[in-house]
Amino acid sequence: MIALIDYGAGNLTSVRKGFAAAGAELYTPRTPRDLNRASGVVVPGVGHFTATAALGKEWRLAIHRSLDRGIRLFGICLGQQWLFEGSEEDPHVPGLGVIKGWCRRLPPTLKVPHVGWNSLDVTRPSRLLTGIEPGTQAYFTHSYAADITPEAVATTTHAAPFASVVETDLLFGVQFHPEKSGNAGIQMLRNFVALCSPSA
Amino acid sequence: MLSKRLIACLDVRNGCVVKGVQFEGLRNAGDPAALARRYNREGIDELVILDVTATLESRQALADTIRAVSRELFIPLAVGGGIRSLDDAEAAIEAGADKVSVNSAALADPSLVTKLAARYGSQAIVVAIDAKRAEGRFAVYSRSGSTAADREAVEWAREAERRGAGEILLTSIDRDGTREGFDCELTAAVSDAVSIPVIASGGAGTFQHFLDVFTSGHADAALAASVFHYSEHAVSELKRFLADSSVPVRLRY
Repeated sequence: MIALIDYGAGNLTSVRKGFAAAGAELYTPRTPRDLNRASGVVVPGVGHFTATAALGKEWRLAIHRSLDRGIRLFGICLGQQWLFEGSEEDPHVPGLGVIKGWCRRLPPTLKVPHVGWNSLDVTRPSRLLTGIEPGTQAYFTHSYAADITPEAVATTTHAAPFASVVETDLLFGVQFHPEKSGNAGIQMLRNFVALCSPSA
Repeated sequence: MLSKRLIACLDVRNGCVVKGVQFEGLRNAGDPAALARRYNREGIDELVILDVTATLESRQALADTIRAVSRELFIPLAVGGGIRSLDDAEAAIEAGADKVSVNSAALADPSLVTKLAARYGSQAIVVAIDAKRAEGRFAVYSRSGSTAADREAVEWAREAERRGAGEILLTSIDRDGTREGFDCELTAAVSDAVSIPVIASGGAGTFQHFLDVFTSGHADAALAASVFHYSEHAVSELKRFLADSSVPVRLRY
């Protein structure tokens, strides 16, 4: 089963419903040890980067261990930002650091927060974006965003371009909310679920 | 580029949509979930469920409606009408709302906005402002437009933003229900004064009205109820019209 980590950053009802529509019931690990049985790990989250401090040493170790076992990790919104080394929003709270790079505040030349539907400019083939047509838009709501690093597979521009989808062998992240991005968003969740199945 | 959003408002009372719903082929025209599905297929960007009665008895029906709509729709869903406390907000959010909209209760106690934003994050908090032109300014009204709140719309919007509101839902009382067009002057005044998105509401009658509010009104989103009911393809046709007029909209859904 795929684990959905609830560290208190926002309500997870929508994420659960989105995954249910994608054919997966997620479980919420109560302790880092509960990650031992995860076939995939989802780190959601909305709000301030400081909230990720709740994912302390034990959780980080457990997540690293699951990555070592080849378990895939999916960060959504704040969860994607947390995959990076840190965020200007709270430089004292370290990210997981599995992707080298930082999250920065979007430039004030347009309205910030960036709220609404914006397009994904897909820059290279992605398993998470399988079946997603060019020109597809996704629903964003955020003020900080990740640098465009080699892990970026799609970028989005709001005053400046940022990494809207990142992907490596085991790491996946989206700055937008797939659970609120219509059929395309559910397709992405379905893709992640498939990647976590034993046959993948 | 960020798209301009089209938001459909479902006015519900005891679990039923109350405004004239004229879609053909809907088995139960008053079923909010059926209407929401229809809008979703047409490409609506977001939904607002407004509890127009907001009585204690209607609360359970509202939660059921939110649950039914959010189970099958994967676009943002806001809920408003009678959200007076953290408990009211919690009930709506637990049922599946992504955002709650507060109006009169926030005017009575602005710290409610601060508390809600601290608990759920700014992205979940919409402050609804009902404004009316009065002596060259925009006066704010509470209690569904019945009571002058002794506030000015631009100033109240700024305070709401400072307190952590994520969006402003701005309704022109003068235009509401007239189908004469949005109050673009009011919308631009508020939109230019804040950094958070402003949703224009009240007065939508034609496609041109939407174009006007997105251009001269500087609106980030526009909300309507009845105008989307008139024809089966109103939302998709409106989006085509806006796209042809160089307004960025979401066309693939």
